[in-house]
Amino acid sequence: MRTPFTIRLLDSMPRGGWIALALFALLAWVWVPVAHLVLPAEHALHIPAYWVSLIGKILCYMVVAVAMDLIWGYAGILSLGHGLFFALGGYAFGMYLMRGIGRDGSYQSDLPDFMVFLDWKELPWFWMGSDSFVWALFLAMAVPGVVAFVFGWFAFRSRIKGVYFSIITQALTYAAMLLFFRNETGFGGNNGFTDFKRILGYPITAPETRVVLFALSALALIGTLLLARYLVGSKFGRVLTAIRDSESRVMFIGYNPLWYKLFVWTLSAMLCAVAGALYVPQVGIINPSEMSVGNSIEIAIWVAVGGRGTLIGPVIGAFLVNLAKSWFTVSFPEYWLFFLGTLFIVATLYLPQGVVGLWARLRAGRRRGEGAAAGTTTAAAAKGAGA
Amino acid sequence: MNAADLPATNGDNPDWDSGTAELGHILKPGQLDLSHKVILYLEDITVSFDGFRALNKLSLTIDAGELRCIIGPNGAGKTTMMDVITGKTRPDEGTVFFGQTIDLTRLSEPEIAHIGVGRKFQKPTIFENHTVFENLELAMKTDKRVWRSLFATLDSAAGDRIAETLQLIRLATDADRLAGLLSHGQKQWLEIGMLLMQEPKLLLLDEPVAGMTDDETERTAELFVSLAGTHSLVVVEHDMAFVEALGGRVTVLHEGALLAEGDLATVQADPRVIEVYLGR
Repeated sequence: MRTPFTIRLLDSMPRGGWIALALFALLAWVWVPVAHLVLPAEHALHIPAYWVSLIGKILCYMVVAVAMDLIWGYAGILSLGHGLFFALGGYAFGMYLMRGIGRDGSYQSDLPDFMVFLDWKELPWFWMGSDSFVWALFLAMAVPGVVAFVFGWFAFRSRIKGVYFSIITQALTYAAMLLFFRNETGFGGNNGFTDFKRILGYPITAPETRVVLFALSALALIGTLLLARYLVGSKFGRVLTAIRDSESRVMFIGYNPLWYKLFVWTLSAMLCAVAGALYVPQVGIINPSEMSVGNSIEIAIWVAVGGRGTLIGPVIGAFLVNLAKSWFTVSFPEYWLFFLGTLFIVATLYLPQGVVGLWARLRAGRRRGEGAAAGTTTAAAAKGAGA
Repeated sequence: MNAADLPATNGDNPDWDSGTAELGHILKPGQLDLSHKVILYLEDITVSFDGFRALNKLSLTIDAGELRCIIGPNGAGKTTMMDVITGKTRPDEGTVFFGQTIDLTRLSEPEIAHIGVGRKFQKPTIFENHTVFENLELAMKTDKRVWRSLFATLDSAAGDRIAETLQLIRLATDADRLAGLLSHGQKQWLEIGMLLMQEPKLLLLDEPVAGMTDDETERTAELFVSLAGTHSLVVVEHDMAFVEALGGRVTVLHEGALLAEGDLATVQADPRVIEVYLGR
């Protein structure tokens, strides 16, 4: 007897999860558009542009956090280079936005301003077709996907694991950052891409465009969560966690971990790329600093704070940390990194399962089931810390 | 029920013990050829780690359906031998053949597992964060490629097989418990159960009864004896009472080479074996 796919998807999440997801969809697709576009600015419930952009940006970060949780929380692979895939997605879509400026740039040229500045006469070959929206979307997914696949193939085939893998991913994103900083690379050097004017012909700063981008980001998050929930509930997900816990056993029962890791690694990178492509039109800029080592580490912190291996935890973690960041960088900009570091240490030492684990522990404590629940959380945490 | 009720794993080659056709036989790639009634050949295997010879020109053959015990003092090369057979360690010299045609030194660990060599480790290695049921499900013989796992569902035949194995390893009431919460002996049994789910033709068992109670040890011996015949078993063990209960031929390894072979009584009477075990 085969269970239909839709039923299995429905079964992959408890009812509470579906209700929460439906509420979220309602908020993102009905309430935010109405509150931003329909309600007048002086209305108490009006949502100003600042908040729509900020939350829209955080929605993209949440997608990245879920993608990170798939490989770190479930497969035990800590990537400290996920910012690279995010940035590559952003750059690929940014090329389209740059072409969309047309002759409205400072030099009134068909070429993007930075190329005129470099005295280039025509577009480099890799900019071919970048005026097409569809091609840009394809590139935004395909380029990070191919980079991840090739890198992962070599790394996983050589059985590079644990901290070595993390360090190599960090070096990878750092190298890419240096490459993109060069003007000759053809991606605007350290200024990157900015001053976007329109997307599919619509003005990019118009409230309607902003709301559509926001709604699309929410859609990306919902889609990512559903996909991830299905994956971790499938046999594939059980093999992944088995690889995390005892890779050699997995090999000796006949699975080749290479393809499992490579699949989830490439998928994770492509999800980051989608988030990057949605992020760039909302913040209006992409530059090589997105590939900095710190950005990638921050992604790991979101996941650690929220709770590894829970999917919803990273979403919460990304939200909390980024909200704190927006507040800190305005009020006490010089202390933000200290706060972030402290947060990471506290989360690692006292919240091995993050906010979600804390919540579960509090509930378990109230129900006096303390022994068993705490035992499994610490066991799982010890495992994760070793990975 | 006993192990003989499990689906026989020699089904795809039913005449391995009745001799082959006179005019030879067709070789199919990847299929186990037992026409000479031997399932495993090790020939002149040498493995060195930084100059230390863990295995020194070791030669050994295991017959199809045989139950073989391997004994030897610490450092004799027993575990290294299993590593070589399962592809974890590549020998510096020598050949390893599974049946007549399959060269194990050319295959990776998952490939070796897939063609029918199952291994139980010295320390029970099960998936502690998965339930007992899931452990068996993961081990079950099936298409283990990514794409299949993404859309895999358990059909009723598979469910029955898992239920049978749960009965056999006496963990039916613990099916939904996390494997990490089992006792040491139960973990050993679970790993044996996982091995059976793989439907291997050759089982390599590294100290399978370590940490088991006497009762559990006895039941394990019964299980292995019932598996012999339809499966080939290689058991590495220190517990002489257990080796005696298994009753098969015994091979003694010493310093990476074969020292003696025969039934337990003969081997135990061999002066060289006595010297190795009692020290000089």
